[in-house]
Amino acid sequence: METRLRATLPDQELLKLYEQMVLSREFEESCAEQYTKGHITGFLHLYSGQEAVAVGATAGLHKDDYILSAYREHAQAIVRGADPRRVMAELFGKATGVCKGKGGSMHLFDPALNFMGGYAIVGGQFPIAVGLAFAAKYRQEDRIAACFFGDGAVNQGTFHESLNWARLWELPVLFICENNFYGIGTEVHRSSALASIHKRTCGYDIPSEKVDGMDVVAVYKAIKYAAEKVRETSHPYFIEAVTYRFRGHSMADPAKYRSVAEHEVWKSRDPIPALAKRLVAEEITTDEHLAGIRNKCLALVQEAVKFAEESPWPEDSEVYNDIYV
Amino acid sequence: MSEMTYRDALNLALKEELRRDPSVVLWGEDVALYEGSFKVTRGLLAEFGEERIKDTPISENTIVGVAVGAAMGGLRPVAELMTVNFALLAMDQIINHMAKIRSMFGGQTFLPMVVRMPGGGGSQLAAQHSQSLESYFMHCPGLHIAYPATPADAKGLLKSAIRDNNPVIFLEHELLYNSKGEVPDDPEFLVPFGRANIIRSGTDVTIVAYARMSILALQAAGELEKEGVSCEVIDLRTLSPLDSETFIASARKTGRAVVVEECWGTAGLGGDIAHRIHEACFDNLLAPVRRVSGLDVPMPYSRKIEKICIPRAETIADAVREVVGRKY
Ligand SMILES: Cc1ncc(C[n+]2csc(CCOP(=O)(O)OP(=O)(O)O)c2C)c(N)n1
Ligand SMILES: [Mg+2]
Repeated sequence: METRLRATLPDQELLKLYEQMVLSREFEESCAEQYTKGHITGFLHLYSGQEAVAVGATAGLHKDDYILSAYREHAQAIVRGADPRRVMAELFGKATGVCKGKGGSMHLFDPALNFMGGYAIVGGQFPIAVGLAFAAKYRQEDRIAACFFGDGAVNQGTFHESLNWARLWELPVLFICENNFYGIGTEVHRSSALASIHKRTCGYDIPSEKVDGMDVVAVYKAIKYAAEKVRETSHPYFIEAVTYRFRGHSMADPAKYRSVAEHEVWKSRDPIPALAKRLVAEEITTDEHLAGIRNKCLALVQEAVKFAEESPWPEDSEVYNDIYV
Repeated sequence: MSEMTYRDALNLALKEELRRDPSVVLWGEDVALYEGSFKVTRGLLAEFGEERIKDTPISENTIVGVAVGAAMGGLRPVAELMTVNFALLAMDQIINHMAKIRSMFGGQTFLPMVVRMPGGGGSQLAAQHSQSLESYFMHCPGLHIAYPATPADAKGLLKSAIRDNNPVIFLEHELLYNSKGEVPDDPEFLVPFGRANIIRSGTDVTIVAYARMSILALQAAGELEKEGVSCEVIDLRTLSPLDSETFIASARKTGRAVVVEECWGTAGLGGDIAHRIHEACFDNLLAPVRRVSGLDVPMPYSRKIEKICIPRAETIADAVREVVGRKY
């Protein structure tokens, strides 16, 4: 049963969740267009369909909490507060990008926002999240480390090493698995002996929960609860958010391994119209107002593209900078 | 000055830095209660406690990765890998993360961390426990690499490594742990990175070496002196930054050079150093630069044949005799 929205968050907060999801979606769809035009090159993994996870989860965390993710992380960075213009500039490879054009789509980073990076080695971020949590605990800082990853990452050694380690050292890590059912073209049941991912934490004595990753409010509630548990107990916690990506793995993938029917079922559960419907049904807002939000997001994204287009390329001399202190 | 072993000099460096800076923390397999498989961490748990001196699971990649995260979070972790051989399980965190994070994130963070690892061959530990992997690390930009030859350098380089704001691979030679030497007592004694040490001056030939190879090069130089050959021996101290200036100036002066490396010769760091000398000193050279390298074989166990796989003072001396034109 869906809970009533009003029972969970104030109206303004609910509208903010909506706006963040729309901004994420429009940003990604614009990226696809810019990729087709050749402005964005290299690997480009889009997040369309999964917005409820990044948006709901970020809302359930504190600003001081660390966030780490994989390479499908534009939305996580933007929702955390990264300037869409500088994120787009990074994707264009421009000097004004969040990482000066050295990271690109897969390696966004902003320490001022405690956004501690997008990592493109599957499972590479697990131990780093554990280390950040250790540092926070050692320095007696009031923060936890939230580590996002995909269903494909749970068969990496670092997943098992890091879950064990986080529990053993009693570290405040919130593991957030975005189960979109596929690691590139391999479905979970073809890669994991136990396809019910959240159950895999029992070997490490880490509590876990599964949540509907297409329902932003459900994700928010689950993450808020889990984050508070982690904060109180300084023990890790694990959330599996079940979701779906509407596009292929990357821009290079036509996603022929999925049936049209499957795609249609998930499309009908698109988290953005789903929230819109509830917002209107509960009379929190009107269709007109929501359309206004969408227009505002479209304008922000257009501005981001313009900024990226007009930004300068990095100087050649930049290649030797930032390697050593 | 106090006389002490390479092991104790390392131990003292750790203690002094742990005392000096509460953000220094240390972990690895068997480093706390067991006090380290080579006893380099003896007494640390007792003095600094469970919060700072931590045993870990046998999870090398994560030992390094947790240090990466902790360094990003404001600490100065010193991680120990039981031996360099096991660093191969941590290569993802070392090469893809530790070495890249600062640059790929546009210089927005830095990693003040050290990964210590004993290594080298010569103890009949067979193929999987006798490797010299320094060239693997040296190939990758983004890392600092130290490999001390003497107890004094062991102390001074490790202290510099811990204070360095760059990620450091700190190699220790297993056969040097018991070697003794004079070590400065001053807790501010530091050996800077990127400055090679001319450990013996000479005029006829330059021997470039590092770690245990420097000790063997000194022995060879002693023998060669009796034959009237004057060797200048350069101990690199750090492989990154590499002090090319010092060995190039020396080779230009002597006109001859021998480069010694414990690692396999094929694509080994000695080739790079020899090339730098050839390129910079071509007009001054009286003979081609020679290399003395570990044999290109997986290390055999039997001490009879293990011996010939690792450079020795005799093989270094033979190479010098060749470049000075005295073949025996
Ligand atoms: C160590 C490693 N192996 C393989 C790859 C290639 N690769 C990139 S993404 C991916 C699938 C990961 O799937 P999942 O974790 O479910 O994340 P999703 O793409 O669904 O967000 C693979 C195999 C990689 N980047 N790193
Ligand atoms: Mg997936």
